[in-house]
Amino acid sequence: MNKKDLSLLVLILVVGAVVAFINPRFLYVGNLSNTLNQVGMFGIFSIAEAFVIIIGGIELSVGSVIALLGVLFIDLIVNHDVNWMLAFAAIIASGLVIGLVHGALVTRMHIQPFVVTLCGLLIYRGAARYYTEDATAGFGFGASFPTLEWLTAGRTNLLGFPLPHSVVALIVVAAIAWVLLHRSVFGRYLYAVGKNEEAARYSGIRSERVMVSAYVICGGLTAFAAILFAMYTRSISPAVHGSFYELYAIAAAVLGGCSLRGGEGSIIGVVLGTVLLQVLQNLVNLLGIPSSLNFAVMGAVILIGVLADQYLVQRRQRVVTARGREQASVASAPLEPMKVE
Amino acid sequence: MPDPFLELIDISKSYPGVVALDHVGLAVSPGEVIALVGENGAGKSTLMRVLGGVVEPSGGTIRVDGAERSALTVGDAIKAGIAFVHQELNLFDNLDVAGNVFIGREPVHGGPLRLIDRKALYARTQPLLDRLGADFAPDAPLADLSLAQRQLVEIMKALSLDARLVIMDEPTSSLTLTETDRLMRVVAALKADGVSIIFITHRLNEVMQCADRAVVLRDGRIVGALTRAELSPAAMIRLMIGRDLKSLYVPPAAPPGEAVLDIVAAVTDTYPERPVSLSVRRGEILGLAGLVGSGRTELARAIFGVDRLRGGAIKLNGEAIRVTSPRGAIDHGIYLIPEDRKGCGLLLDVSIAENISLPDLSSYLRFLLVNTALETKNARAQREQLKIRAPDVATSVGSLSGGNQQKVVLAKWLSMRPKVLIFDEPTRGVDVGAKQEIYEMLRRLTDSGVAILMISSDMEEVIGVSDRIAVMHEGAISGFLDRSQFSEHNVLQLAVGHAVEMRVP
Repeated sequence: MNKKDLSLLVLILVVGAVVAFINPRFLYVGNLSNTLNQVGMFGIFSIAEAFVIIIGGIELSVGSVIALLGVLFIDLIVNHDVNWMLAFAAIIASGLVIGLVHGALVTRMHIQPFVVTLCGLLIYRGAARYYTEDATAGFGFGASFPTLEWLTAGRTNLLGFPLPHSVVALIVVAAIAWVLLHRSVFGRYLYAVGKNEEAARYSGIRSERVMVSAYVICGGLTAFAAILFAMYTRSISPAVHGSFYELYAIAAAVLGGCSLRGGEGSIIGVVLGTVLLQVLQNLVNLLGIPSSLNFAVMGAVILIGVLADQYLVQRRQRVVTARGREQASVASAPLEPMKVE
Repeated sequence: MPDPFLELIDISKSYPGVVALDHVGLAVSPGEVIALVGENGAGKSTLMRVLGGVVEPSGGTIRVDGAERSALTVGDAIKAGIAFVHQELNLFDNLDVAGNVFIGREPVHGGPLRLIDRKALYARTQPLLDRLGADFAPDAPLADLSLAQRQLVEIMKALSLDARLVIMDEPTSSLTLTETDRLMRVVAALKADGVSIIFITHRLNEVMQCADRAVVLRDGRIVGALTRAELSPAAMIRLMIGRDLKSLYVPPAAPPGEAVLDIVAAVTDTYPERPVSLSVRRGEILGLAGLVGSGRTELARAIFGVDRLRGGAIKLNGEAIRVTSPRGAIDHGIYLIPEDRKGCGLLLDVSIAENISLPDLSSYLRFLLVNTALETKNARAQREQLKIRAPDVATSVGSLSGGNQQKVVLAKWLSMRPKVLIFDEPTRGVDVGAKQEIYEMLRRLTDSGVAILMISSDMEEVIGVSDRIAVMHEGAISGFLDRSQFSEHNVLQLAVGHAVEMRVP
């Protein structure tokens, strides 16, 4: 855990303590369990987003993908009697294909990721609404998938605490993503491409493939989150389901230390970022702040966090350069000749 | 000749470790064309930046219309009527011709709204176009113009500012012959109007064609001035060279073997009509000399697979290989140490160890994951071997000096058994000590059987380090030199496109 993650953790604990002090209901098992359930679902697509942000891209269609694939999933198992495991696989595959298309458009057609995924945001939302004729898609009366429901939206009693399975899913996803990003060769490539695509290419990295893979991973994980949300809400109104979720994802990634210029960020940071966002959400509810102020509170906290981080970085740099200068004057190292012409 | 309106007296400029200008004097009279010639790095650009007010000289006086001062600001330079036509044109290709000429000085109407008065704008641009005999309209979008036409737009911009002196920095380097001829006519017309011109060029026949006199710079000093009567390519070359080159040469342990890398009629995008053939032999350093822009970097990029080869073939140990990406070249054991170290060679805020392992991560695997212990160990070994001066291999390369950064780039490839190494300006921005170490490393590598192609614009380096030199001129090889033919004179002759009398100097 690096310094940035640690300070984020401290911030979460401080905010949590303040909320708990003002309204002890924050610490009730039921409330904590519900908040964690949200963290689980939001965390998965935030990690998805982080992959794309780390290679220097952006994915804006997360919310719309969650709506479209959620609608399709429910439709497959409820109206078309498709075996839920088959439907599960089909939805994940669709997510991967969406990612592949986005990645291909970005790397092959050289369209800016913002534009590609903005179009995706509009297209998938429209498709979801058209597919259901703007009606709510849900489980009919008596429709029941006990195994699926238990797996995705159930909770297991762990020492008296009902642990939501979405959290288990997040832990698994985060663990795999952590190993992939921070320990594997592929992870190195992701960061290298995000930091300096040109230099990565000169080092023999097939940067286009790496970039496409990031979008594919993002698509697959988003599809997984889409199924979790569908099973949690049990009914989807395609016009609003999952709207603005891409912004939650980007916010969590930025809080977690990702730079929108690419090449930076940690999985632990992204998970902590998600936790902070959900705690803030919870805070708005518990402290009786009008829920219309929800976004404003979140925006303000993120801004303050980023500003504080910027300030700390600059201060550290000033200290480092000052120290460097001292050392240089002591060693009186030969100066590098400057490039003249 | 009328009295000079602009005089540079005793101008010096030094950077830490380098004297860029050493007591240079230059006087410009109205209506004269002065050619400024010299090798890469002779100080031409620095001198011009002093005139443009971009660089403040460390010593000397600048006299404009009799008023003396120690330095010009950009504003002073414009007020004094000094204008630039840059090598890389400073134009906006989303505007039209008139918009570019009067950028920041647009005629306005509509009172406080400050709307651009298009009619007046075009009306003011037209006479400038007529004056230069340009064949495009004031409202032509710049994006539609050729490079030569854009140059005319830059000159118009200068004229609209009532320029008395127009400085052209290698204006013909990317022009065709007809375009060059037309530019020469423009120069003559400006001169007839009393505008002075400083013409920086590598093409000595252009100097012969248009200059009233030539000033030759070498190592930051003016080493000679030639009047119109004295002008000849031979006289200019004689002045451009002539410094004592330190001998850096260490002969190879064994005579070079068979050809390892053969480039057969390779064609790059920049010079589609000029195929290049050369071969690098086992155990030799082939220097690739030439002036800036002669197509050497483009050739290196094509060999390494960064750019596609337009035609021709690359052979490795006699077998034709197809390289379509740097990965492909690396898989064949062909590695490039690029000219733009910071942009292409390194990840600046990443550690030394991670930079070194990046191209070869698959050999650091343990259970499918990166073995950081092995990575650190290998990086430490490379740091030892190459004498990379850094507190630890976890240090980020951005904090290292240029020489040490270059060693890190080199270290990336050394652990990967190179067959061919291509160096593009191996010691640019590298201090003297590290330079020597890099040269020693080059020789050790060739002695171990590697073939090295070394692109260099540093004459001392080309002559002092290479076993053989190929010289490029405008995209093609203009000649090969064996050790016995090495001389600054011969390299320069070939670099400017003249043939070499094959004599032992």
